[in-house]
Amino acid sequence: MPFEYRGDIAHADIAFDAWAPTLEELFNEAARATMQVMVENLGEVRPAQTLEVKLEEENEEMLLFDFLNELIFYKDARRLLLLPTEVSVAPADGGFVLRARLSGEEIDVVRHQMNTDVKAVTMLRYKLEQVANGWRATVVLDV
Amino acid sequence: MNVPAALKRISDTIWELPVSYKTGMLVPARIVASEKLVNEMDAGVFEQVSNVATLPGIQRYAFCMPDGHWGYGFPIGGVAAMDPGSGVISPGGIGFDINCGMRLVLTTLTAEEVQPKLHQLVDRLFARIPTGVGCQGFVKLKHDDFRNVVQQGSRWCLKNGFATEQDLEMTEEGGCFAGADPSHVSEKAIERGYNQLGTLGSGNHYCEIQVVRPENIMAPELADAFGLTAVPNQVVIMFHCGSRGFGHQVATDYLKLFLSVMERKYDIKIVDRELACAPFHSPEGQAYFSAMKCAVNMAFANRQVILHRIREVFSDVFHASPDELGLRMVYDVAHNTAKLERHAVHGAKKEFLVHRKGSTRAWPPEGEGLPECYEKTGQPVIIGGSMETGSYLLAGMSSGAEAFFTTAHGSGRTMSRHEAKKSFRGDKLQRDMEQRGIYVRTDSFGGLAEEAGAAYKNIDEVVAATELAGLSKRVARLVPIGNIKG
Repeated sequence: MPFEYRGDIAHADIAFDAWAPTLEELFNEAARATMQVMVENLGEVRPAQTLEVKLEEENEEMLLFDFLNELIFYKDARRLLLLPTEVSVAPADGGFVLRARLSGEEIDVVRHQMNTDVKAVTMLRYKLEQVANGWRATVVLDV
Repeated sequence: MNVPAALKRISDTIWELPVSYKTGMLVPARIVASEKLVNEMDAGVFEQVSNVATLPGIQRYAFCMPDGHWGYGFPIGGVAAMDPGSGVISPGGIGFDINCGMRLVLTTLTAEEVQPKLHQLVDRLFARIPTGVGCQGFVKLKHDDFRNVVQQGSRWCLKNGFATEQDLEMTEEGGCFAGADPSHVSEKAIERGYNQLGTLGSGNHYCEIQVVRPENIMAPELADAFGLTAVPNQVVIMFHCGSRGFGHQVATDYLKLFLSVMERKYDIKIVDRELACAPFHSPEGQAYFSAMKCAVNMAFANRQVILHRIREVFSDVFHASPDELGLRMVYDVAHNTAKLERHAVHGAKKEFLVHRKGSTRAWPPEGEGLPECYEKTGQPVIIGGSMETGSYLLAGMSSGAEAFFTTAHGSGRTMSRHEAKKSFRGDKLQRDMEQRGIYVRTDSFGGLAEEAGAAYKNIDEVVAATELAGLSKRVARLVPIGNIKG
């Protein structure tokens, strides 16, 4: 299991650890962990719409922070449940740039088993680090 | 047990971590709680309240209320008053859901009158008040209209037929924080929130139908003054929601801004990045203060248009006008704000920037800005319990000065959402609650399970602790019979 929710570091909020061999896969897993807080059956989210995002940050850690917040933004602004289909992270201009293709569809309460809304990614215990066998992140979401 | 050895007992309800507890603490940290509640507190509360005590400009004490639990930055239940001259403003001391708050509304209906129509009433409320993830509001607005909403709060609602003068009078600050300037909020925040006016949200946000039973009135004179004794077994409506995606985006935007300038520009070092802050009198601090006020006003307007809809639903179901049904607001209280208020510290009254994160202002009798009808009683304080176990109406007390006239805001969690979801099943909980006389509708059984009563502290103990500590006085206990949840 490439991500796991934790009850030991947050009570009112939702905490998870995610891990993966590459940074790109880690972004994928963290995105799934974030979206599953809101939709239990992510497999039911159809790739009806696609959009591209480009984000720039000074390091990979803040890039993940922005990326997860971007998914939360589209949920509110366009009622879109999105998951990444392609992610690339590369150094650029003294920082890092992320390009991602997101696909998904509008919330459909008949098919999507809804959970709890996510308000934001918090900085509490927030961490993205390179570990022996890849990358690992700890994220606490405000719900 | 998580209680640190350094925690000193000051009285039956006050516990203190001295400045020697952690490097950098500028004032002691105080936890208001009974011995039982303090023993059951999360380790995170002690860590976080002592972190708050390190923030520049903090005055007197960093406080945590009896419903306190693990948050981010500040604990939920946190209170910190800063000297505006030397102190900071911190989004982590306010929360992402800026001005998440509660509203209590009276009716002159009795439980006996409501019971036969309870299902119809709850179903209609559920259909008419958007709830859950991604819900869209029933007030359709253009971006520019939304800028007016966030600048004017409940006043916009009054101009547009969603409020009465009395509603505004019964809302903290008249339903509008002055100085809200939409030029300090991002396009992204507007984009995220403009279609959410009139939405309840999810998580611990709800709208509940409750009964005031005569045996649950603790202070009859105050209950009278607050309008709680119009009829026996009076039905009241309590609801809880905030500034929705708009406020969340404002908080995220400024958290990031403060992280980028705090150390580099202002040489402020903090122990937890979630306590990111800026000097109150810096350009960034002032911009956030103004943007935060926009989010405060969005939340007031959101609760106001929801009240309008509640009036419509009750009117439809009971074939009577809102006035005939006595649908009148007791008060609206804010939970997640920072406000400039006058308090006496070391004798003289001065202005302080009071951060309240998951805690409630509880003005005493004669408190500045209270509506005339509450000058003698003190501010009504609305404490929402879990959906299974009941809620309270309290009143502010003169003895609350030391805690900057602040009290608890709810029952406070004891179990993580993750644990609660593993322990309870939403559909079973819904059936069990119905057998116990509480009809609940929800978009999410997962979300319902997370809000099970057993995941929360005992509300009776929490409010008893606030009364013993002299922060707020119990007026009445309110028992749920119907609930809609996001």
